[in-house]
Amino acid sequence: MARKTLSVLLMDPPYESNNTPTALRVIDAALRKGHNVNVFAYEGAVALTLKGQAPHPNPVKGTTVEQQQHPTPKDWIAALMKSVQGDQKIDWINCGLCVDERGAGDWIEGARRGSPADFAKMADASNQTLVIATR
Amino acid sequence: MAKTLSIVECAYRGTIEEQDDTVLWFNQAMVNAGFEVDVLLRGNAVNYAVRGQDVSGLRFGAASLDNPPHIDKDVEWFQAKNRTVYVVAEDLADRGIDRAELVEPVKVVPRAEVARIVTGYDRVYNW
Amino acid sequence: MANYVLVESRDPFEYQDAQAFYDLARDLTKAGNKVTFYLVQNGVIPARRGCRFERVAELAQAGVSVIADDFSLRERAIPTGKLHDKVTVSNVDALVDLLMQDGTKAIWH
Repeated sequence: MARKTLSVLLMDPPYESNNTPTALRVIDAALRKGHNVNVFAYEGAVALTLKGQAPHPNPVKGTTVEQQQHPTPKDWIAALMKSVQGDQKIDWINCGLCVDERGAGDWIEGARRGSPADFAKMADASNQTLVIATR
Repeated sequence: MAKTLSIVECAYRGTIEEQDDTVLWFNQAMVNAGFEVDVLLRGNAVNYAVRGQDVSGLRFGAASLDNPPHIDKDVEWFQAKNRTVYVVAEDLADRGIDRAELVEPVKVVPRAEVARIVTGYDRVYNW
Repeated sequence: MANYVLVESRDPFEYQDAQAFYDLARDLTKAGNKVTFYLVQNGVIPARRGCRFERVAELAQAGVSVIADDFSLRERAIPTGKLHDKVTVSNVDALVDLLMQDGTKAIWH
């Protein structure tokens, strides 16, 4: 049976919104169910895939980096990208102009640069599209 | 081609740093790429249809904002591209905005009409 | 008539705009559409029985299927037994199934 495709547009930067883990939960569920997923990261969401994200110790809790066991959002996204099976696809696009104005061009492998026209084309070719806007 | 309605509620978020409203801008980009997108302004975003919004003259030290956003002109842009901009009447009234203050020709619609408008589109994005 | 999945992530105490989204769910249902209203994140807060915001019950009475996300409930320590009796608990897998049904229009607030 042909795979269905879900497209999702995100806007929130990491660590700033409950939208981010919810969106990743939806993407994870869609991938586990065998769907293809497109993600268009707009505005602050282009920082989700930044390679330089690093975990830190927690001086309030007195824990070390190792004890914190703290995957950063880019690790979650990399894991989602790795989870695809067979011909299944996840296409993660970072809005290019948003990347430029934030200096956020150093992203993990698997993401690519794009534009709003790419999102519109993705949406047109998808079975379902979610826009998860910021507040 | 699928018809899309973008409902815009949030207003003046990042508009000065971006020199645009990023949601209106995104929808303009989709229109420029040939997609059929209309806009419905509600909540605080109804203020986007008010003529004369002005943030000129802003400066931080020697760095000045020389190209401020003109969001009312962006609303007019959609009309010039034969796209519809709806504005929810009660949201205007709640905020004391008189229809004479609006750019033309936005389509002021009662709140009760929003569901009917939504059903006329293949995709609806809420921003 | 069409099938709608409306995902409400905002709570009406913090965001007045949530009222308009509840209005949309009600009005789409009145017009004969099938509407599922999926509460997630702080959107689950009004699902608590006794919450002063009573529109969850209004939607359910109007024929809207009101669902609360299990993870969001657990995150906020809202046990199933404290929910309004018209609210069903479900999960993100079921949400994806609803979203991916042919002919479904989805709106996220």
